Amino acid sequence: MFRFLAIRFGRAALTIVLVVTFAFIVLRLSGDPAVAIMSPEAPPEALAAFRRAWGLDQPIWVQYFRYFGAIAQGELGQSMRDGRPAIVLVLERIPATLMLTIPAFILKVGLGVPAGIQAALHRNSFTDRAVMTMAVAGFTVPSFVLGLILVLVFAVQLGWLPSGGQESWRSAILPVITMGLGGAGVLARFTRSAMLEVLGQPFIRTASAKGVPWPQVVRGHALPNAAIPTVTIVGFMVGSLIAGAVVVESVFSWPGVGRLLVVAVGNRDLAVVQCILLLVACTMVAANLTVDLLYGVLDPRMRARKS
Amino acid sequence: MTHNLVTIRGLGVAFNGVPALRGIDLDVGKGEAVGLVGESGSGKSVTWLAALGLLPATAKVSGSVTLGHEELLGAPPARLDAVRGGRIAMIFQDPVSALNPVHRIGKQIEEALRLHRGITGAAARAEAIRLLEQVGIPDPRRRIDIFPHEMSGGQNQRVVIAMALAGQPELLVADEPTTALDATIQAQILDLLRRLRAETGMALVLISHDLGVVADMCDRVGVTYAGRIVEQAPADRLFAAPAHPYTAGLLAALPELDGPRRRLAAIPGFVPEPWAMPPGCAFAPRCPIASALCDAGPPPRASIGDGHEVACLQPSTPGVFAAASTPMTVRA
Repeated sequence: MFRFLAIRFGRAALTIVLVVTFAFIVLRLSGDPAVAIMSPEAPPEALAAFRRAWGLDQPIWVQYFRYFGAIAQGELGQSMRDGRPAIVLVLERIPATLMLTIPAFILKVGLGVPAGIQAALHRNSFTDRAVMTMAVAGFTVPSFVLGLILVLVFAVQLGWLPSGGQESWRSAILPVITMGLGGAGVLARFTRSAMLEVLGQPFIRTASAKGVPWPQVVRGHALPNAAIPTVTIVGFMVGSLIAGAVVVESVFSWPGVGRLLVVAVGNRDLAVVQCILLLVACTMVAANLTVDLLYGVLDPRMRARKS
Repeated sequence: MTHNLVTIRGLGVAFNGVPALRGIDLDVGKGEAVGLVGESGSGKSVTWLAALGLLPATAKVSGSVTLGHEELLGAPPARLDAVRGGRIAMIFQDPVSALNPVHRIGKQIEEALRLHRGITGAAARAEAIRLLEQVGIPDPRRRIDIFPHEMSGGQNQRVVIAMALAGQPELLVADEPTTALDATIQAQILDLLRRLRAETGMALVLISHDLGVVADMCDRVGVTYAGRIVEQAPADRLFAAPAHPYTAGLLAALPELDGPRRRLAAIPGFVPEPWAMPPGCAFAPRCPIASALCDAGPPPRASIGDGHEVACLQPSTPGVFAAASTPMTVRA
């Protein structure tokens, strides 16, 4: 078990380093922050001074090692735009993002998992077809299209809900639904196929043959087995709690981490972008690690393999 | 027989309109051991899956299956749940996938104890340990808490059998219980079944494609072909004097340990596809003694004495099949 954890943590750390490195290189090759922040018409001396001030005149590998040295000391840099620490900028946006992503996550799981289970239990029935049609619609329609449709109907036409901003909790309803429906569709499809796979297993027939009533077969024998693959997708959704709202926050002009990311990328505000990416990588990796540990709890065969 | 435990009459099953069973008649007496032999797809397993309501809802089942005086076909789910595992237990071919991988074996046995005998808690655990001991699991006190993947296939099958015994059934239906196991383990499991039958007095239906196993274990044997029982007789009589050409063909296809070496006589042709059944006897196209009469209609099953029934217009004497395939019978 210890060996297993050590390997997992090592791999997680490596993933984070790779993400940060990749982001560092791409950001520095894709545009000049001095021009983006100051303006292309700024005098060359001002631009040069800006580059010198932020160390952008150094070779890229020097910048890279400086950056990692700073991270090692817990220093994530300052925003090139207003000079405040990047981490502060990001942290003050997190509550707003979680206000959308956590209810959306609950909606995804609360809607997607039961719908998938019902579809599998009534395979090829009207319920199954209805659920699958909705699910396919839910995850093939891009979230910005769904978001705009919801705005048109509920904000513009009916006037029931605000179309954007963050005035009250009511502003959160449309973005939460937009994110929740897509995720619920993915989860419904996944849960359905996991359930169908399990329901076809011989041990389900054994349970019926020993007289277990069908609802108990489903609850006691099918669900615990179907949970194993479903947890992967749910874990992935947990991992995207921080950064999963980029598009939706933009559509609904919601002041969260996603919007900050879009603005910071546009400005080439390197420290802020890197800080967000680091945070996203960390949550993703933590979610994956949790999923791996959960596998062990759910599946005794995995426990055996690990120890 | 007046003291039938299970009486099956005219049992038919169709999947998507394609018939898999075409009128099975079978009796199982109290404490009797009945063998069902036949090729895969001939309907031996489907008969019992249908009888216990274990087929998917898409299967159309007709006919009658009575347990004592109770009709099982179309019985409400709660009644079937009480019968399954309580009065008739069924075990299957692959023991490794027959147990739930995420539950400890003790828990799976205790579930059957709770459902059929109302035993829970410490008493259920004690009884589960006793059952594991009865089926020959060594060190059951420790083993009760392990998972199915931590045991061998043979031990899994023992656990499956313990689980089937938990409800103290009057009939155990064993569907190819040893097919997935090694030869030495096969013999052990068959010994176990024989011993348990002696200890509990339960009836046994042994479904197998292995004629030797059935000859060894059963009082009476039914031979299935294309969804019907074509011949049924006391085991020793069936093997000594098969009356249906198909049974004769099956026996001729077996090597003899003590006889002269000879080329095995395979039955020519193939089992007809369920959607292209011949109008008369399903075996007629492959039968060495078939005549025009055989195509007129399915031959009825008739007694030829001593509890021997056969569905053939020309019940034959042994050797007919081997004689018909003389060119293949070469003395080494």
